Amino acid sequence: MSAIPIIVGYGLREALRRKVFAVVLLLTAGFLFLYWLANHYLFRDLRHIGAPNGIDARGFAGATMFGLAMFATLFLGVVLAVFLTLGAVRGDAERGLLQPLVVRPVDRPTLLFARWLGAVAVCTPYVAAVYAAAMVITGVTGRWWPDHLVVPALELAAGVALLAALSLLGSVFLTATANGIAIFMVFGAGLVAGLLGTIGHGLNSQTLKHAAVVAAYIVPFEALYQDALHEITASTTGLTGFLLELGPFGGAFIHGSGVRLWALAYVVAVGAVAALAFSRRDL
Amino acid sequence: MTAALSARGLEKRYGSTVALGGVDLEVGEGELVGLLGPNGAGKSTLVKIACGLVRPTRGEAQICGARAGSRDAKRRLGYLAELFRFPGWYSADELLVLHQRLAGSAGGVTERAELLELVGLSAASDRRVEQMSKGMQQRLGLAQALVGSPPLLLLDEPTSALDPVGRRTVRLLLEELRRRGTSVLLNSHLLSEIELVCDRVVILLRGTVVTEGSPAELSRPRGIEIETDDGTTVHDGRREDVPRLVAELVAAGRQVYGVRVLTSTLEDTYLEAVGGETS
Repeated sequence: MSAIPIIVGYGLREALRRKVFAVVLLLTAGFLFLYWLANHYLFRDLRHIGAPNGIDARGFAGATMFGLAMFATLFLGVVLAVFLTLGAVRGDAERGLLQPLVVRPVDRPTLLFARWLGAVAVCTPYVAAVYAAAMVITGVTGRWWPDHLVVPALELAAGVALLAALSLLGSVFLTATANGIAIFMVFGAGLVAGLLGTIGHGLNSQTLKHAAVVAAYIVPFEALYQDALHEITASTTGLTGFLLELGPFGGAFIHGSGVRLWALAYVVAVGAVAALAFSRRDL
Repeated sequence: MTAALSARGLEKRYGSTVALGGVDLEVGEGELVGLLGPNGAGKSTLVKIACGLVRPTRGEAQICGARAGSRDAKRRLGYLAELFRFPGWYSADELLVLHQRLAGSAGGVTERAELLELVGLSAASDRRVEQMSKGMQQRLGLAQALVGSPPLLLLDEPTSALDPVGRRTVRLLLEELRRRGTSVLLNSHLLSEIELVCDRVVILLRGTVVTEGSPAELSRPRGIEIETDDGTTVHDGRREDVPRLVAELVAAGRQVYGVRVLTSTLEDTYLEAVGGETS
């Protein structure tokens, strides 16, 4: 077990040295600036918008904007997680970086777990920081705050950690490029399934809802994202709450502790399969 | 006495391709064994199985009595891969620190300084890997393999990127390791290098051992060359036949200026064993 902090440190150092980290930081700064600008104009113009009766315009605008910020946060977090892990096994082995580490008295599952921890140690604080920054921007600019502050951040971070685990699993079998493409396709498929679920919810289509629920369990980062969206407006009721549930960044068709437990079990299962496959892989 | 490396009936198949077809090999304590063979003969596969990077299809390999690939086995070996790379942002010293920690070596700064000196990189301890030439990186790789003073060293083409001076450094290093009693399995294409430093040579061809023995055992007599006032002639015979042949020539009235016992080189033996095969 003493090898874990050594490999985590190795991974952290690698993460900070990679250009992708600087690129993500730049993108984040750009996003937060644009997000502030959007909030500024939206809430400035809000008083001129005549909302229908029963609609809390500020709450609707705040939740929708912050939902958008959560999507961007998830996306940026996933970009970071995937680029930190996509070549961890096959990619590094092909470049000759992995062999000097694997021949040391460190079990392969330990090495893989430590690489995941290293990625998580970079990505989850990043996600939490972007989430907090976006929340403060919307809160200060529009005087709107999510109904629950902490749980959505934890769920977004968990979603990113889950995708990092999937990316590590993919890295055992695929080249870095193929793995990156595969993970982003899985990510996109999850998001599309989530949107379909939202549409199905609005149209009350049992088939679409069922398909979206199945997809959410297959790729539970999407379920966590949906649950995080649900949490920010968990106490919003009435017509505003109903309309938010119909929107792309609104409510959730699947949420609750069951999803969280499933996501945890999913990460454990993905980790176990990755560890087993890595242990059997010739390098 | 437990062998540093012991392989019994080692087989490795990749689908229908046989990389190793039942290899038995032993590297004794303090022994320096050279592994020769054409490209694709299975040398790297054998070394990779020994250090746990590749799983054998059949048979087993042990490092100092521990199953190859196990933690105990890994604690007892140092490895330099044929194709390797270190993260460019590490300095030589930092890289050795990383491997000291992974290997559980308590050698500290003293060990690192000694290793860098051994491979001629003392002046480059703070230089980043990305600023090093390929040859320097290869020497750093050797230093990395020696971290923790492992009893067995597995070197896969350790001189492939080195210039003549670098090769000499490695040869001196191998001689130093022999003095220290470290066992070495050296996979190399450089026959002269193997001939100079190895106690024993193993030649692989298509995944099987075709010849093995000490360089002296592998060299065969090719006659005796004698230079006289009548010219240079080659006679059948061995070293012990030289006095008789010289006496006969002198008795026949010839003046003998020089005598040379001819033996086959390792290159001759190698070419004979592999039949001119290159891959």
